[in-house]
Amino acid sequence: MAARHKSVETKFMEEREEVLRGLRGLDRRSFLKVVAATAGAVMAKGLIAPHSFQLVTIANAAVEKGTSTNGMAGQPPFTFAYISDTHLYERTLNQRFIRGALKAVEDVNALDPQPDFVLFGGDLAQLGTAEELELGQQILGEVKAPIKMMVGEHDWFLDMGDKWQELFGPPNYSFEWKGVHVVVLMSVHEKDFWTARKMTPQQRMGTVAGLDNGIQSRFEVGDEEREWLKNDLAKVPTTTPILVFSHSPLYKYYRNWNFWTDDAEQVQAILRPYDKVTVIHGHTHQMLFNQIANISFYGMLSTAWPWPYAPQGLPALTVQMNRADPFDQFDACGNGRMNVRADGLVDKIYNLWDRNPVTVKADYLRSRGKTYRPPAPQFATY
Amino acid sequence: MSPKLNRNTLAAAAGIAILGAIVILPVALRAQQQQPTHPVPAAKDGGTVVMLCDGKTSIEIKNLKPGQQATEQQGRAVANELMAKWQQQHPGEHWETAQAAALSPEANASPTAPAKSKPAAASGQQQGDTYASFTSRDYKVWQTETQKFVDEGKRVFHDSKALGGTIGVSCDMCHPDGSNTHPETYPKYQVQLQRVALLRDMIDWCIENPVKGPTLSPNDAKLRALEAYILAQRKGVPLDYGKH
Repeated sequence: MAARHKSVETKFMEEREEVLRGLRGLDRRSFLKVVAATAGAVMAKGLIAPHSFQLVTIANAAVEKGTSTNGMAGQPPFTFAYISDTHLYERTLNQRFIRGALKAVEDVNALDPQPDFVLFGGDLAQLGTAEELELGQQILGEVKAPIKMMVGEHDWFLDMGDKWQELFGPPNYSFEWKGVHVVVLMSVHEKDFWTARKMTPQQRMGTVAGLDNGIQSRFEVGDEEREWLKNDLAKVPTTTPILVFSHSPLYKYYRNWNFWTDDAEQVQAILRPYDKVTVIHGHTHQMLFNQIANISFYGMLSTAWPWPYAPQGLPALTVQMNRADPFDQFDACGNGRMNVRADGLVDKIYNLWDRNPVTVKADYLRSRGKTYRPPAPQFATY
Repeated sequence: MSPKLNRNTLAAAAGIAILGAIVILPVALRAQQQQPTHPVPAAKDGGTVVMLCDGKTSIEIKNLKPGQQATEQQGRAVANELMAKWQQQHPGEHWETAQAAALSPEANASPTAPAKSKPAAASGQQQGDTYASFTSRDYKVWQTETQKFVDEGKRVFHDSKALGGTIGVSCDMCHPDGSNTHPETYPKYQVQLQRVALLRDMIDWCIENPVKGPTLSPNDAKLRALEAYILAQRKGVPLDYGKH
């Protein structure tokens, strides 16, 4: 099969190799110029549409005038973007995931106007090594907008967060942004499953890195951090819009794959007094959204690979993305952008690479699916 | 019974077994387990006495002296002669039915057949049926062996190195619990390959591309094990070849 039927990806890699051979004489600066010129030529020829990831100014204008259906123009609207779940290996081992991460960086840098900040959604590294995390820091260093870092389990369980914290600071924090209270959680704590099994740090990390093993514990925010969250919110009026960034979903989707937060109900209870709460989470690598009481949840896309939808527990409000084409590395991967409206609610744009972007409006979730339903997939999960 | 005679009898029986006396062999195996005794009559003409495994019917091979090995033709003739003699003594009966009845504990007619000798066969099955004599232990052995095969597939599925991968990617990273592999939809026209593909073609494609390892031959033990694991994850899902 290999000799007679070259796959799209194999052909791509061969062509890429050829181009790179030709460019070997160039230094980095000249190389970037060549790439930019090539992209410009392609655009000029109309071979690809101008990137669909550009801001839609008409929609923004409507929000700015306070004509949003949910009314209440409390603060200036703003936009932020995200890159998530890059799962970088060391550069000598794997370039596939580096390509994904770089593509996302290009995307957010191409946004005009630029987002207020870029959230990194966790799982920067695959096995939590210093080399992987430093590579990630270097790649994210190319992002023009300010970066807000969040940690994922792949970044944490080799050294229990030492290197990540050294590079990026504390894993949970909060800040105010244009009238919105933003909380970043470290939501991938796990109860000790490794000591009794006499695991090495590498074995512990390897276990957490796998989805379909029953060995590891389930994710949790944990007692200590829930206390921290309570205290953090104590001074915030309940009319203030709340934006929570969490790597794990903060609800219970599918336990077997740890699409799960064990103390989700307790965390939700802390957020219950607030009228407008939006949770943006990583980890699930798919178009995923949910509404539980006052809280709207949006899952982020990965730049490395998409996860299939779990066999059970998918929130009823989620409209699945078409299933991924395995022959296209970037299909069903991507990044995204959030428009924080004047009323503090959040519309999310899923920037699916090589596909049309999908907008999921806060009104869709808040109306429990009655309005603005995104298009159904042609090819759902088998 | 003299030791000498006994040895001669065994030699002749071995000759018959070599002929592949299909009807007799399973009974002989069972008899070995139960340690029955069949006293063989003494030879009248200095030859070798051979007894049918009903423990009653016997003939003497006159020209087979003690210590001699029966030829294939002799063995075949003896088997035919024994069965003919039995049929003569049991007109209208069927050998297999009669033996099954004789071995059942209810019948217990033969003092040489212990009560425990009931075959695992359900009623209506005949002695010699492939599936007639298996026990629950046999089924356990089969299940264990099958599970070992599937478990090996699971191991390889989750191990980039075992897959021959060069970039740290293993199957489970995109397919937890073998999800989204839909083995029940093959064979089908795989648009990207522009031909009809089997599950193993797609496994091999994944190994070559995202995993970045050398492709495996269709008979490769790892490919077979991967196929076993993936199929095992879809137990109960109806086959639907060609589905897109």
